[in-house]
Amino acid sequence: MANVLLDVKNLSVHYKILSGWVYAVDGVNFKLEKGHTMGLVGESGCGKTTTGYGITQLLASNAFIKEGSKVIFDGRDFVEMSTVPDKKLKGYRRIIEYHPEMRKYRWSRISMIFQGAMNAFNPVYKVGDQIIEAILTHEDITEEEARKRVEELYKLVGIPVDRIDNYPHEYSGGMKQRAMIAMALALKPDLIIADEPTTALDVVTQDRILGEMANLQKKEKVAMILITHDVSVVAEMADEIAVMYAGHLVETGTTRQVFKETAHPYMEALLSAFPNIKGEKKRLKAIPGSPPDLSNPPKGCRFAPRCPYAKDICLEEEPPVVEVAPGHFAKCHFAEELYGELGGERNE
Amino acid sequence: MSENSVILSVKDLKKYFELHVGMFKFWGEPIYVKAVDGISFDIKKGEILGLVGESGCGKTTTGRLLTRLEDPTAGSILFHGQDIAKLKGKELKEYRRNVQMIFQDPYESLNPRFTVQKTVMEPLIIHGIGETYDEKVEMVIKALEDAELKPAEEYLDRYPHELSGGQRQRVAIARALVLRPQFIVADEPVSMLDVSIRAGVMNLMLDLRDKYGIPFLFITHDIAVSRYMADKMAVMYLGKIVEMSDSDTVVFHPVHPYTRALISAVPVPDPDHKHGRIQIKGEIPSPINLPPGCRFWPRCPYAQKGICDVKEPPLVEVEPGHFVACHFAEKFLEEEASMEPTENIKETA
Repeated sequence: MANVLLDVKNLSVHYKILSGWVYAVDGVNFKLEKGHTMGLVGESGCGKTTTGYGITQLLASNAFIKEGSKVIFDGRDFVEMSTVPDKKLKGYRRIIEYHPEMRKYRWSRISMIFQGAMNAFNPVYKVGDQIIEAILTHEDITEEEARKRVEELYKLVGIPVDRIDNYPHEYSGGMKQRAMIAMALALKPDLIIADEPTTALDVVTQDRILGEMANLQKKEKVAMILITHDVSVVAEMADEIAVMYAGHLVETGTTRQVFKETAHPYMEALLSAFPNIKGEKKRLKAIPGSPPDLSNPPKGCRFAPRCPYAKDICLEEEPPVVEVAPGHFAKCHFAEELYGELGGERNE
Repeated sequence: MSENSVILSVKDLKKYFELHVGMFKFWGEPIYVKAVDGISFDIKKGEILGLVGESGCGKTTTGRLLTRLEDPTAGSILFHGQDIAKLKGKELKEYRRNVQMIFQDPYESLNPRFTVQKTVMEPLIIHGIGETYDEKVEMVIKALEDAELKPAEEYLDRYPHELSGGQRQRVAIARALVLRPQFIVADEPVSMLDVSIRAGVMNLMLDLRDKYGIPFLFITHDIAVSRYMADKMAVMYLGKIVEMSDSDTVVFHPVHPYTRALISAVPVPDPDHKHGRIQIKGEIPSPINLPPGCRFWPRCPYAQKGICDVKEPPLVEVEPGHFVACHFAEKFLEEEASMEPTENIKETA
């Protein structure tokens, strides 16, 4: 894979809290090629947002990156670049705020569409000015040139150009979201990390924005990590899927592989619990129990307490990552046995 | 089904909110937000009616009208033949005993200082049900078990912060069930819950319907959820019902252009699904300045000048049990989804 843009190796992000640690992201591995879309799916609290922010190193001050984590973007390791070993906490690295080299990457090479773009704009500045500011921070051009660029971006995302000088409250929810996308595209990044970009929107608006994002992405050849809890959205948008559960990446593969040849019991359970509007109407299967507390995760496989296939070994040993088919990985003791067995009923 | 099995019948229900914008309230005509503008439907025993639509279409207001948390501006709500739209005092309290509501956010709808027992017992105290304290506790336990919180005794002394989201919503369901209601309004009851928890709560509501025959008004923005839960579905747009039929007809053979656009926009969790997009432009207009004629015409790809922007289409039965509010419903019904969009009048005009 010569076209690898982002290579995340063994990324672990833990939060220090009063009573110990929260193991939010633990040993996450994935690769993303140029121009591809990866869907990062999981339920709330599974660490998907922390993974996204861990890539750009935009984490809270109590977040520490474990020694040995690597986030290699276009040949440079962000972890090495923007963290130093912590003096008190052995084996952990602390993030340096305002690292000058890291700032060159943020927004100009990797931009983000934040969760709840509704509130991502500063309400007391004009929307256009905020985008112009982002451009001027990173590029040495005049304000007029930056404004021209914003006009082009507005045309691209489908907002009338005369709305540049409006304030955020004058925009509707869908327009704010589009302005956010325009801002994310402003510096022609190589990668966009979109964190629940359409969660707060109505279906018709969501559909339109997702369609536009897919088109723009093809046109501009931008890679994207789409963080969402909605498996139907990734089914439509993503080339590859990474499924997260309780801080672990439990299954990765192409969208077809993960949906049609499911290898991990969690993904299988998730798909059986999701109502399909066009599918046959049959009883959904709830997953018993609830996700574990990440400050005290179960010893073996983190899904074992809720897994219908769990055996003794699952409760004792952390499962290895198994490659069940080329490019298709599952973190399960019985991945080989379950591969091909799962999803049979669903695919009929 | 016989006429008798209709539990709740809504006729031409309206709710206008008066707006007082700054100085304007001192002169001129008052401005109204027409949140619900003349809707009619029946709910039979054991039936779940899914009310779907985008935000601001009036679906929550409809739910609040049925529970009389809002007073209707006009129209009638017949509950077992009795008009409850103008009930007051004792009679209203009696009605509220029979009609319960489940709210969207289980983190907000439970009092954090009340234990589960106190939360579920409160309705019994308010309505004076149960002779002794022990009898009340027994009813609470029965309700918790119905909501699949077992063993119920373990939950009695817990506070909401000790429960997960799914458990909280089950407590809210138990609180609604403890009065043995004849009708439940559920306003987005699962939209705050994670997928793995959501399925369990939805199945619980379906089971309760089967066990006690309680009809539900199930309000949601998620059409996939509504199709799973509801027998009948009503699609709302700007305070009006635009299409109503059994769920599968609405999903697979929608007639109204808005319903078609809405259904085609729902993402499908299947990578093989071919996404046929029916585009509609613009966004929902404000319910203060409603367009003349059909409310959907400014966004409708099939709108025709002189018809759609002049006369408001009534909700008519185009085939048995299938109601559509569109001037061209008959035509669309025959043509299925193969029609060519005409030029929108807004652009030609």
